[in-house]
Amino acid sequence: MQEALPLKIVFVGHVDHGKSTLIGRILYDTGSLPEGKIEEITKACAAEGLEFEFAFLLDALLEEQKQNVTIDTTEIAFRTARRSYAIIDAPGHKEFLKNMITGASRADAAILVIGADEGVREQSRRHGYLLRMLGIKNLIVVVNKMDLVDYSEKRFREIEQEYRKFLQELRLNALTFIPASAKQGENVARASMKMKWYCAASVLEALDLLEAQKHDVDLPLRFCVQDVYRFDGRRIIAGRIETGTLRVGDELIFSPANKSSAVATIERWPHGIRSEVEGSRGASSTVMQRDSSTSLGMTAIAGDSVGITLIEQIFVERGYVASHQHETPIETNRFHADLFWIAREPLRVGDFYELRLAMQQIKCQTVSIEQVMDSATLKIKSDQREQLERNEIGRLSIQTRGPLVIDNHDRIPSLGRFVIIDDGQIRGGGTIFGGVYTDRTVAKSKNIFWIEEKITSRERAMRTGHRGAVVWLTGLSGAGKSTIAQSLERDLFHRGLHTYVLDGDNIRHGLNSNLGFSPEDRVENIRRVSEVAKLMADAGTVVITAFISPYRMDRRRAREIALEGNAEFIEVFVDAPLEVCEARDPKNLYKKARAGEIREFTGIDAPYEAPDDPEIVVRTDQQTVDESVATILEQLLPRVRDYGADD
Amino acid sequence: MTELTRTHLDALENHSIFIFREAHHAFKNIAMPWSMGKDSNVIIWLARKAFFGRVPFPVLHIDTTYEFPEMLKFREWATKHHNLNLIVKINTEARARGIGYETHDPVTVTHELKTVALQQALAEYKWDALITGIRRDEDPTRAKERYFSPRNAQFEWDYKDQPPEFWGQFVTTAAKGEHVRVQPLLDWTEIDIWRYIQRENIPIPDMYFARNGKRFRSLGCSPITHPIESNASTIDEIIAELEATKTTERAGRAQDHYERNAMQKLRAKGFL
Repeated sequence: MQEALPLKIVFVGHVDHGKSTLIGRILYDTGSLPEGKIEEITKACAAEGLEFEFAFLLDALLEEQKQNVTIDTTEIAFRTARRSYAIIDAPGHKEFLKNMITGASRADAAILVIGADEGVREQSRRHGYLLRMLGIKNLIVVVNKMDLVDYSEKRFREIEQEYRKFLQELRLNALTFIPASAKQGENVARASMKMKWYCAASVLEALDLLEAQKHDVDLPLRFCVQDVYRFDGRRIIAGRIETGTLRVGDELIFSPANKSSAVATIERWPHGIRSEVEGSRGASSTVMQRDSSTSLGMTAIAGDSVGITLIEQIFVERGYVASHQHETPIETNRFHADLFWIAREPLRVGDFYELRLAMQQIKCQTVSIEQVMDSATLKIKSDQREQLERNEIGRLSIQTRGPLVIDNHDRIPSLGRFVIIDDGQIRGGGTIFGGVYTDRTVAKSKNIFWIEEKITSRERAMRTGHRGAVVWLTGLSGAGKSTIAQSLERDLFHRGLHTYVLDGDNIRHGLNSNLGFSPEDRVENIRRVSEVAKLMADAGTVVITAFISPYRMDRRRAREIALEGNAEFIEVFVDAPLEVCEARDPKNLYKKARAGEIREFTGIDAPYEAPDDPEIVVRTDQQTVDESVATILEQLLPRVRDYGADD
Repeated sequence: MTELTRTHLDALENHSIFIFREAHHAFKNIAMPWSMGKDSNVIIWLARKAFFGRVPFPVLHIDTTYEFPEMLKFREWATKHHNLNLIVKINTEARARGIGYETHDPVTVTHELKTVALQQALAEYKWDALITGIRRDEDPTRAKERYFSPRNAQFEWDYKDQPPEFWGQFVTTAAKGEHVRVQPLLDWTEIDIWRYIQRENIPIPDMYFARNGKRFRSLGCSPITHPIESNASTIDEIIAELEATKTTERAGRAQDHYERNAMQKLRAKGFL
């Protein structure tokens, strides 16, 4: 027997309109309360000289009882004939919007409570708006406290009409409006005898009529990478499938790098069917495992936390999003969004914040605020505002410092929403709209200009998101240094890193045009390259040098110079056997050397001293260029990104 | 269209694994308190699922010195079985002062031998995150927890001003001296735990199963943990029993009931 998921419902609405009472009544009417709970609370109420109220059931904390205000989200289960439910009690007090969002974001359906006596109030509207932003489509409106208005149909219809109009402006439809009295139990579990003019569903019946929201399995695949594990020989890409279906053998495109590979395996633990474990008195029956040898083990679907291995060893890291080839997400550094702001401090145009979208994390900046909406009145102001205040919703243009993988919220919600973080705390949430899907083969342009003010190296790193570094490629002529350097530079540039290649072409003809190939000149050549590399690294650039640099001593000196400049130094041995390099001979230099036309050519009549202990070795006779670049990136990226930004 | 479906337990497992991996990425220095109780063993199991067979951080047993001998035997067995990096912490200073159930009330002893011991271990190892096995349905105060719940240096839980948590985004930074409680089992119920133990065949101590008409529903220190009347000797029988009962899970844990709101007071001071 398969246990269905409980339907998670959130209760929202204005303070004191009776959410907690309604929940208490539902729990009581469905027999969901622990034994003795009613007596316990009746006693506690009597001790404080209070009349028993259902709302007290939820007010478990001392402080809540004092203030008589529900302060946070609680979660309680109940069951009807049709299914089980988990109640998330979201509070209505004005101060506690962030709790309501926390609760509502996990819900499948919402019950919005409006007090019949007070009618539609500020939070009735604000909560309705936030439900729409959070993507909740199942909404039941309960007009509560009908006992206080003599069960008047006229009053009920007034409220219904007013709130329906509001919801229509939001393009949100309530399934049903129910007149009820939670206190008296009218129209909660049983049909009310006092409101015979109403003959539609009671609250519990309306809940049972809800259908679970459309499943994410049918949307295009979005597999968000959380981490890459190398606990043993395997390189497992771990993450969650937000939407769609992933199968072994699928060709995946990883954004933002735009690299592709096929899925080799879906990894799981434990493997296969286990025998009974000693020490356990658990089930001795056979345990069904989604073994990778079965067809179930070959597929993973939306909601699954999985690990996969790939056929090709492409570089993948946290934040990457895998999709199928014909359904790629949008890759951009500028987009439009509606953003709700919940922090005391306003959001300011031009300030830097951290943006998180799925597993991506990047610095961002609001470029402009096109309009601001009051979430309670839906009044729109387009007054060229420079900041967004708490409880306002803004339509913004946002720019990120590097490429960001997104979807429009109405297409794929989980990749179309993001949070803004400041000082470690979530300050707001946004939904993306209007993004344009493009063919991935079209080249991307990134012309971002930021106003620079500070010039210390840490400030520079804070701004660019990375430190400067020297990536020193060494190896024989024809080993592939230049090719790897160009490819690495392209990759880093594409990621939004500052990077530059120093090679024979741009050094020998200018700075070092007075140097030849004698041992002394070679030493001086490398010394100058080292100094230039240090300066550029200090300026915040990831410098890639592509020189044979045959002498160990020279490379050691290059490292010292870089470290003097407080830059990372990463020595990469671009390794290929001499025969392979000579066979490649891209510039016919080996041929000339063998013919004696060039003197003191490394590998022929001058020595090459291979590195003793390089940070990285790439074997270009065994690895493709992409694989070599991936190997370098794995070491390089964590190093340049670790600059104490969180200190 | 796919024929594939996921059960309630699959959904819980998937989300717990997601939380584990987020925590592992976000924090450099994690520990996982392990009481050897059923939830604690489910947590170990889920960690191994998340990290493909291994638990990539130490597990911490706060040994009150009032442990049931069966539990200590299980500790030894399970440490080997799961290949755990086990740290055992005893508040020897409090024991030396004579703090004990023989002479003190259960709230004081629990605070000293569990919470203070945990504080001592945190000070010693400087963990920035603790992975706990608490569930929302265990106690009303736990219902208000977040998946990632920051604690200040004094261990206090500011439940009135908790960070918002939505769309799978959490508080993933801890200032110096502070730590974050990561709680992957928050959405699970007691029955979910049992169904999962059954489905996955997870090793747990035998004390949960009835002997001579009694079994333990929740396990703590031996002097203050009492068995319940039960003949449930298999997981199926336990689940059937739980589905019928209306008493609370921790009814057999004396420190919760010593005074009104005892659990809340313990938790505000840092109890798990």
